[in-house]
Amino acid sequence: MITLDVNGRAHQIDADPATPLLYVLRDHLKLNGARFGCGLGQCGACTVMADGRAIFSCLTPISVLQGRPIKTVEGLGTIEDPGPMQQAFIEEQAAQCGYCIPGMMMRAQALLERNASPSRAEIRDHMTPNLCRCGTHMRILRAIERAARAMQSGTARGAGGSGR
Amino acid sequence: MAPKHIGIGILAALVLTAPCRVQAGPAIAPIDPPARSSFDPQSLAHGAQLAAIGNCNACHTAPGGKPYAGGRALTTPFGTIYGTNITPDPETGIGRWSEAAFSRAMREGLDRQGRHLYPAFPYDHFTKLSDEDVKSIYAFIMTRDPVRAETPPNALPFPFNIRALIGVWKGLFFERGIWQPDTGQSAEWNRGAYLAEGLGHCGACHTPRNALGAEKKREFFAGGEADGWHAPALNARSPSPVPWTAASLYAYLRTGVDDLHAVPAGSMVPVVHNLAAAPERDVRAIATYVAAVIGLPTPERQSQAQQLLEQTKRGEISVARVDTGTSKAPEDAAPDGAAIYAGACGICHDSGRTTSSGGALQLALSSAVALPTPRNLIYIIQQGILPTEHEPGRFMPGFDGALTSGQLAALVAYIRTDLGKAPAWQDVRAEVEKIMQEKQQ
Repeated sequence: MITLDVNGRAHQIDADPATPLLYVLRDHLKLNGARFGCGLGQCGACTVMADGRAIFSCLTPISVLQGRPIKTVEGLGTIEDPGPMQQAFIEEQAAQCGYCIPGMMMRAQALLERNASPSRAEIRDHMTPNLCRCGTHMRILRAIERAARAMQSGTARGAGGSGR
Repeated sequence: MAPKHIGIGILAALVLTAPCRVQAGPAIAPIDPPARSSFDPQSLAHGAQLAAIGNCNACHTAPGGKPYAGGRALTTPFGTIYGTNITPDPETGIGRWSEAAFSRAMREGLDRQGRHLYPAFPYDHFTKLSDEDVKSIYAFIMTRDPVRAETPPNALPFPFNIRALIGVWKGLFFERGIWQPDTGQSAEWNRGAYLAEGLGHCGACHTPRNALGAEKKREFFAGGEADGWHAPALNARSPSPVPWTAASLYAYLRTGVDDLHAVPAGSMVPVVHNLAAAPERDVRAIATYVAAVIGLPTPERQSQAQQLLEQTKRGEISVARVDTGTSKAPEDAAPDGAAIYAGACGICHDSGRTTSSGGALQLALSSAVALPTPRNLIYIIQQGILPTEHEPGRFMPGFDGALTSGQLAALVAYIRTDLGKAPAWQDVRAEVEKIMQEKQQ
């Protein structure tokens, strides 16, 4: 039995310690934001945060996550009360099929929590591990810059929901 | 000691070592940057190939910087040295250097003004180049895009910041002279030796250095370091679990892929990237020469390698055989290297596929697991393996941030003992923490 702290709530998980977090999030906790894109750490669709760092949940066994706060896209806000990152993506209409977007948001969130006003070049460099097949990259970049400005000025509507 | 005494001490050292010290040289007159049309196109093309073998852009280009414009920090045991701007910019580059000045820098380690150059610039290797090759490289370098960029000052603590002392170093360790072929060896061996010992400067990383930073000639190719990475031995003590041959070395150097060896990582990434632009026969020659230095494996080593290959083919060295089930109480247990490997690494490294089919190497075959130090394995797990900017290439995700230092140490230890079947490294945890600290800086 492993205890995982996901979006501020503790969950008891009965699974093999080698199980990657992605499957626990989706199958056990029904947090379907993180996606399976490749299962190999090559696409970033599974990206979530642990200890404030972006990680590939498809390649992180739950055994290493005991006691380490995990944040998923569901922890950034809700449909009724989107957080600044989600709001920025909505305003820039940065999703086409949407499959890559939660991973993009979490990778970006990890950046903005460390570097509140990154340059375009820094954003591009940081976002390298995340792929988008529909090609909404330019909107994604603008959305991240928008989220950074919103977070900086504190004009974000609400602080976002505390998630599930 | 008072500064006055130190000053006198240095003066004394310079005077007393005068007989064995190499003098700094006279300034060579500056020229106007030569026009591109003044260079022979064939010489230029040849120079481009030579620059690829010499890996010049790796040290002379800053990360994200313009090619050859300098600014790349090279950490050495003596402090940090910055690769200089060698574009033909007249003010901040070498645009005012005549061919004579360039040649003297390559052969004798003196800049145009006659000052000693730090041997981080491997003129102890470039001194071996033929006149024609130096001429061609000059043509190539002087026709790059000029970039105005001041090279940052070196960060070398006293007394290493005193250039004149390099004269002492040269007197003790620097042998000038063009490379002479070995008549007892084949033409291909000789070509490979000339390239590897000269332009390729392989020994600059792969040969250990003494306390004053000079290569230990008697321990030639016995293993060294570059930028914190261990550069494995390329002699009879090569740690590669499957012994290198000229064919596998050629595949590795030319394409970065050989089924029985890992892809290039660390400082070898730009080397292999550049060698793709070198003439094929030159890369073959280097492979032939290095394979000859490594030598044929002993029968014992050969049979060990054979056994290893059979085991990996049968999937015997695999985490699939390890029970990572819930029988352990994870709350109190120390990090379980096997479970971490199964969940984080196994999907690629245990898939049974080969590197040429786009899979990841089974780690029992990896040199990084067989080295005297865990550093390379730690770097690779932390950073992953990234293709050269703007180019397609092999990709391994990095685990920096995913694993704590204790977890990474447990994983590294597991890989070494259970997959590499080698005696445990000492102080893995301490190395992990040192490397994690480096990254903060």
